[in-house]
Amino acid sequence: MISRLLKNKDFWAGMMFIGFGVAAMFIARGYRFGSAMRMGPGFFPTFLGGILVAFGVCIMAVGLLRGERIQERLSIRALVLLPLSLVLFGLLMQWAGFIPAIMVLIFMSALAGKEFRFLEVLMLTGILVVAASALFIWGLELPYPLLKGF
Amino acid sequence: MDILHNLYFGFGVALSLQNLLYCFIGVLVGTLIGVLPGIGPMATIAMLLPITYNVPPVAALIMLAGIYYGAQYGGSTTSILVNLPGETSSVVTCIDGYQMARQGRAGVALAIAAIGSFVAGTICTMLIAMFGPSIAGIALKFGSPEYFSLMLMGLVTAAILAQGDMLKSLAMVFLGLMLGIVGSDVDTGVKRFCFGFFELADGIGFVTIAIGIFAVGEIIFNLSDPEERQVFTSRVGSLYPTRQDLKQAIAPILRGTAFGAFFGILPGTGPSIASFGSYMIEKKLAKDPSRFGHGAIEGVAGPESANNADAQCKFIPMLTLGIPASGTMALMLGALMIHGITPGPSVMVQQPALFWGLIASMWIGNLMLVVLNLPLVGLWVSLLKVPYRLLFPAIMVFSAIGIYSTNNTSFDIYLTAFFGVLGIMWRLLGCSPIPLLLGFVLGPMMEENLRRALQVSEGDPTVFFTRPISLAFLIVTVLILIVMVMPAVRKRRDDIAG
Repeated sequence: MISRLLKNKDFWAGMMFIGFGVAAMFIARGYRFGSAMRMGPGFFPTFLGGILVAFGVCIMAVGLLRGERIQERLSIRALVLLPLSLVLFGLLMQWAGFIPAIMVLIFMSALAGKEFRFLEVLMLTGILVVAASALFIWGLELPYPLLKGF
Repeated sequence: MDILHNLYFGFGVALSLQNLLYCFIGVLVGTLIGVLPGIGPMATIAMLLPITYNVPPVAALIMLAGIYYGAQYGGSTTSILVNLPGETSSVVTCIDGYQMARQGRAGVALAIAAIGSFVAGTICTMLIAMFGPSIAGIALKFGSPEYFSLMLMGLVTAAILAQGDMLKSLAMVFLGLMLGIVGSDVDTGVKRFCFGFFELADGIGFVTIAIGIFAVGEIIFNLSDPEERQVFTSRVGSLYPTRQDLKQAIAPILRGTAFGAFFGILPGTGPSIASFGSYMIEKKLAKDPSRFGHGAIEGVAGPESANNADAQCKFIPMLTLGIPASGTMALMLGALMIHGITPGPSVMVQQPALFWGLIASMWIGNLMLVVLNLPLVGLWVSLLKVPYRLLFPAIMVFSAIGIYSTNNTSFDIYLTAFFGVLGIMWRLLGCSPIPLLLGFVLGPMMEENLRRALQVSEGDPTVFFTRPISLAFLIVTVLILIVMVMPAVRKRRDDIAG
């Protein structure tokens, strides 16, 4: 019973909407609600939060009746490495400069793929670093240092 | 006379050297990504939005629109040549287009697809020029209650007519509205849902959310797919259709255009519905329906015209009312806003160069597709052999730099990663992110119009029912809802979608 619930697609979708709705309504309590005539900043979010909760409950109910299961396959490797490569890009843009940031981004994201050929990725990195520098730094004149500290 | 004058003005704008160049880049990039599997127009437009910051809004919109209909075109090229629909809208073209290719008539199929698209594009350009101003003229008289109801109608119909679970799509619209109001409240300046991040005071960046979901999320999803694509190419053959071919194709082209134009204006109905419908009609009308599926030229001409007409007419509600009828149109609205233009009927009055220039450029772009791309078919096909493992790191690089350059802050990059993960979660749970994007774009405007409407009515919510136009929008919304939940219609819709 429990394990079936854990894989129930609509059950979790409903939970997700209810979660967003409740959180929004809770946070919006901190904003002035106002009245219909003079809507405060809390009016619309509270309203939306309520609608989301209602939808969430309906979707969850449908899910319990229908019992459709989550079937899509997911590559955990890609799910972890791709967002992580973006985060590293963000950090390196601040601390190390444009070129190191791109290089790490390419290598990390290539690792997320099904196949990793070192030489190929190295060549791709070379091409993309030149192309991106040409387009963004010289072409569009974005003010980022290619390499920090030099 | 007015129409001709306006179009003349539009062509004047579109034919400037700069705009021609951007139009060319747009259709070229569009065809490219239309050919390449695994990257669609949504991700590309989101990715290239930041590059257009320094370009005048007319040129930016012309290029982004070019990507959109160019992708449509590229998608049909691969459908015909290798039986791989580059875009979902060209699935139908595979059926007879690939058969024609196997009979050595790939060139003719490509040419007919191009001619059909061009005819559809020309007719739809005229349609927009004829009806655009009058629609905007009516909409200019709308007050806040009418706008609120109109936006509600647009969002609800888009959510329920689109593919996927209806209930979840509707919920995603409201979640999108919620994400849309993150940031400082226009009225009071209160920072809402910012969690202490000053970077969120201006709201969640449009590019951030679009790239997060449609580029990063899409890549994660593609990498999760264990199948590898195999590509077999066939010879193109002569590009010139015979007189007999043209005679057979002309009526399907016109019918397909009409079909596509009708579905184009409806929110939520993607080009796949238009092209599928057109195919069914041609098959019904044919004297010998058994030819279909074995290389009938009508089966290419009709659907190809229909999906181009649909793509083009989706611009009507976007440009005249500020209502996005599809995910791509939401991106276009976002592009307008990034350039400081408030979408709505006033665009046509305040930015005539933008409106008419864009429309004229679509016609020019379609012409470019016919003249420039047919000879390049061989090049496009060889591009199909580029493996995905080389493509997606490049997409990541361009996306990341684009986002970073928007506000010069790493915060947006982290937010993109976050939305990439959220996008994957939504996909697993069967929640389409497109309605979310539509809601996100309209969120602030909906709140503003609700606020103003209730202010004028002194807090009386019946104002939405007592004003006739607003009431009409609401009635239509409810009617569509009722029709769509009827079991018979619902089954049919699922058949078409599946």
